[in-house]
Amino acid sequence: MSADPAGRAGYLDHPPRMGFFTDTSICIGCKACEVACKEWNAVPEDGLSLSGMSYDNTVGLGASTWRHVAFIEQPVTAVADAAEGVRWLMSSDVCKHCTESACLDVCPTGALFRTEFGTVVVQDDVCNGCGYCVGACPFGVIARREEDGQAHKCTLCYDRLGAGMEPACAKACPTESIQFGPLDELRERAALRVADLRAAGQDQAQLYLNDPGDGIGGAGAFFLLLDEPEVYGLPPDPVVTTRDLPSIWKHVGLAAAGLAATGVALALGRRPR
Amino acid sequence: MTPEPKGPGAAWTGSFPPGPPQARRRSDEGRRRLKGPRRREESRVPDAEFTSYYGRPVIKEPAWGVPDVPGYLFLGGLAGASSVLAAGAEVSGYGELARVAKVGALGAISLSAVALVHDLGRPERFVNMLRVFKPSSPMSVGSWLLSAYGPAAGAAAVSDLTGILPAAGKTATVGAALLGPAIATYTAALICDTAVPGWHEGHREMPYLFASSASCAAAGLGLLTLPPAAARPARTLATLGAPAELVARRLLLRRLGDIAEPYETGRPGLLLRAAEALTVGGLAGAVLGRRNRAVSALAGASLLAASALTRFGVFEAGMATTRDPKYTIIPQRRRRDRLGIN
Repeated sequence: MSADPAGRAGYLDHPPRMGFFTDTSICIGCKACEVACKEWNAVPEDGLSLSGMSYDNTVGLGASTWRHVAFIEQPVTAVADAAEGVRWLMSSDVCKHCTESACLDVCPTGALFRTEFGTVVVQDDVCNGCGYCVGACPFGVIARREEDGQAHKCTLCYDRLGAGMEPACAKACPTESIQFGPLDELRERAALRVADLRAAGQDQAQLYLNDPGDGIGGAGAFFLLLDEPEVYGLPPDPVVTTRDLPSIWKHVGLAAAGLAATGVALALGRRPR
Repeated sequence: MTPEPKGPGAAWTGSFPPGPPQARRRSDEGRRRLKGPRRREESRVPDAEFTSYYGRPVIKEPAWGVPDVPGYLFLGGLAGASSVLAAGAEVSGYGELARVAKVGALGAISLSAVALVHDLGRPERFVNMLRVFKPSSPMSVGSWLLSAYGPAAGAAAVSDLTGILPAAGKTATVGAALLGPAIATYTAALICDTAVPGWHEGHREMPYLFASSASCAAAGLGLLTLPPAAARPARTLATLGAPAELVARRLLLRRLGDIAEPYETGRPGLLLRAAEALTVGGLAGAVLGRRNRAVSALAGASLLAASALTRFGVFEAGMATTRDPKYTIIPQRRRRDRLGIN
């Protein structure tokens, strides 16, 4: 089920599923991905202020921020190897392009759709700004832009992919922290990389959202992290809300049946003369 | 809305710097606190330390406004249950009550449609709701339900008021009564099918709360507008709906556990406590006021207000669980630790 979201969406003959592997262990926090994304996709400016959160003045993903570099300064108590007792984590976050996408599931207009590459994209000319996707996303990625009232997020550069190019952020990344390619290849590469890091003593190195058995069926954009996901502002065990939809509809049905039965009971009464 | 930065990886109760990872995983403590006395103003789960990114929320607050969306939850419930009451009253010989309920349903569903369209980011594109039919989207299902229910409720009310096309009016009354329960309850699916912990985790109880709250609202409208003798089915509906509402509310809070905190504190807690008191008062008034017009009307007003306050309280409590990352992270961390991932 999770292997082929494009096939599940009805594409008979489609390219392999494409995605991102973001290896945060080699991110240097240059934010070239943020800039390249804004430039290529003509994403409007959305705030220029100081946050007080290390070097992170972007703060988080949103309607007009499709790449976001997180900066975490961790004091290291055992200062055996770390410079000046600080471990500095950096990670470029992005839309996960989930195998089971809550935003796509709940979109009532069909504005959100699955592409032939297995990614998830909003159609600007269809979205009516209902906002359902915003509350459905377990990662807080998609949001509604004040200026046009519509939902926006990373398209994994759908236009560039169609032309055989790699997404702007991956193209601009100077350390190849952001790697783009067929998801199967990326997963193999990531497994080797995390094994290397662990062998080198990075005990907390872990892959995040690479497992097709997780709560979103695995992501199209997955990560190698050097600490727990929540340290980076990521949910530790996200589950797509629509997995519970059968249970939700069942209880709605039972409650509606109860209300209908009450109506029947009322109808059985007779007005005293 | 930006919370005060708490420092990188700051623990919820701890301070920067955070402890080693092992120390952060004392998630059992919060579980224990669950049994603590309710309605305390201070946090009930402070012992479960957790890590977040500068205290920033993990999920986004739904792009839904007040009063549009909670108002819609209330009005949709009032309309749907009123259509059920109208049919029941008509069959059992309470013509005045049937008329009040039909007009109430039409008024409520019209207002709710305005609220829904007003809340869209692109209101002029509201017809895109009917571009596709998606069972995976409660909003899509609801849009189609509304487009069938609205005309039925309208025809039922207009035929009753004007006397024209009585046979079609009867058909519309039955049609609206059949769709009414779905209109009153699908909104529970609408809010529960999200990543909002305070709604999603209560998805097994929310539909019953909404159905019973809607019953209270419809009963309340009947009791408020008609003398007790003419509103007997409304009183019956109140005596069925109000106790069910009080039970469903308790079950919801019990299910939510730690996440119930915003339901019991702050502004949403206040709204929900007022709603509970008004439901109890309205139930008592409905039962005791069977021969007293003033008491009966007051009971009706109480039940209507209780239903509205319940919807606003549930809406705002859910929104509150998106603003603090603890409601997202702690339950997921517990689950992850239990499953032994990493």
